[in-house]
Amino acid sequence: MDSLQPLFEQLFGSEWGGPLFLLIKNLLLILAIVIPLLLAVAYLTFAERKIIAYMQVRVGPNRVTFFDIPWLRGWGQPIADAVKAIMKEIIIPTGANKFLFLLAPVLAIGPALAAWAVVPFSPELVLADINAGLLYILAMTSLGVYGVIIAGWASNSKYAFLGAMRSAAQVVSYELAMGFALVCVLMMSSSLNLGDIVAGQQGGSFLNWYLIPLFPMFLVYFISGVAETNRAPFDVAEGESEIVAGFHVDYSGMAFTVFFLAEYANMILVATLASIMFLGGWLPPVDIAPFNLIPGMVWLLLKIAFMLFFFLWFRATFPRYRYDQIMRLGWKVFIPLTLVWIVVLGMVMQLPEVVRQSFPLNLWFN
Amino acid sequence: MNLQDFVFYSLASVVVIAALGVITLRNPVHSALLLVLAFVTSSGLWLLLEAEFLAIVLILVYVGAVMVLFLFVVMMLDINLDRMREGFWKWFPFGAILALIMTGEIGIVLMSKQFGPENIQIPVSKSVDYSNTKELGQLLYTDYVYAFELSAVILLVAMVAAIAITLRYRTDKKSSNVSKQVAASREKRLKVISIPAERKE
Repeated sequence: MDSLQPLFEQLFGSEWGGPLFLLIKNLLLILAIVIPLLLAVAYLTFAERKIIAYMQVRVGPNRVTFFDIPWLRGWGQPIADAVKAIMKEIIIPTGANKFLFLLAPVLAIGPALAAWAVVPFSPELVLADINAGLLYILAMTSLGVYGVIIAGWASNSKYAFLGAMRSAAQVVSYELAMGFALVCVLMMSSSLNLGDIVAGQQGGSFLNWYLIPLFPMFLVYFISGVAETNRAPFDVAEGESEIVAGFHVDYSGMAFTVFFLAEYANMILVATLASIMFLGGWLPPVDIAPFNLIPGMVWLLLKIAFMLFFFLWFRATFPRYRYDQIMRLGWKVFIPLTLVWIVVLGMVMQLPEVVRQSFPLNLWFN
Repeated sequence: MNLQDFVFYSLASVVVIAALGVITLRNPVHSALLLVLAFVTSSGLWLLLEAEFLAIVLILVYVGAVMVLFLFVVMMLDINLDRMREGFWKWFPFGAILALIMTGEIGIVLMSKQFGPENIQIPVSKSVDYSNTKELGQLLYTDYVYAFELSAVILLVAMVAAIAITLRYRTDKKSSNVSKQVAASREKRLKVISIPAERKE
């Protein structure tokens, strides 16, 4: 593809040809990430309905199929849902702020997709291999809350506003715990680059993954991730039994679907980051013959699917947290825990070289 | 004009317009959202200067945390604009003098020789693997460690003070003590009494 660059420079001059070529090339690469991602989102909704159905001894969606193939029954459901959502009317409530009302879904999905720019799928396959990758991810995930807040305010409805307030307080609280858990990861790997973080977990087997020395941080990160995406059991921002549907109660049609897409894209993002930072990314669990022949991307996808299953399992299992319990868990349990772990990790890193090179510390500090 | 100039001027004009909007718009929520826009675009300007750490931290701290809480408060306030406009002309001369003094001070600093274009080196663009996160960390924890720790202590004191101001011991409040609930056991609360079965005659 890079061979096309001279053509662009001829057509648009040397000043603008290069940048224009880069722009078009990157747009194509972005599409190559976003389209599979949106397909994954569509089928994640299907997986959620099926898995929760089986957990509750039901069958789940089993009607829509492709070309009348019997064993594909149900697989057309996400496509049918998408078509239905596109055809529906977007109703804008009277008294709503029209511009902000329509901007809110965009602000929800924008950061959810933008964060994927630095996610490495295999050692070579990454859109932007930047040094501050982890910081960029933190910044992008912290922006997602604007969609929810603006949606709640612009709807001019009390239920939506209450949902937005709950979500804002919750996301800001859990972001701290999440950030501190990630600080532990970057202390272990001494790099902010996601590719280097995975490379730091190399060494032969799953014993080298940061999951083992940082196990409490893994739990903190994943539970904070569930809270950040407003998923059950932390879904008080929607809380259908108290505030109808929370921040998106006034949204319909595609505007609602975009919120839905953003939530699921964020779920996949949290699962991916957990796999990259704690479960060794594209590394096989044991570096011997049958396992290391499977391409790294397959391992990454398997780990993502494994983490996503927990999201669905949580939703089918746990009752919703009470609001004061959510706040207590974030501020009084997770943040002190992460702070202590950072200090402990710092002390371990300051141990003499001989101790760090002996078993088992030599597995993780090299 | 090359691409860099084009990006700079478009970002800079957005910053200026957004900043003007912050102080001229009547709706405080719109002002706060425009402030968010100004922060995001200035972080774009910092990225142009190859200061990626500062740019991302600006988004993470100001946009992701500070402005969220700011919006949170502004949205819940019931601001009466007419009441706020009362006494505008009465205080106008005072405000104008303050503004003039501040503009003058900024002018004196910026016009001084130190900040002239001839005194500022042309920045050298760094290689790809240069990490200014590492450089900043090294500087903060070696050369500027006392200033850094001092500012951390000041922030901590401010935080403790803010919490202390809002702390009230209310006696009429109902709350559950979670550790007490978790520590509860069957033995402490439940007494099993064996009652012999009675036969109905």
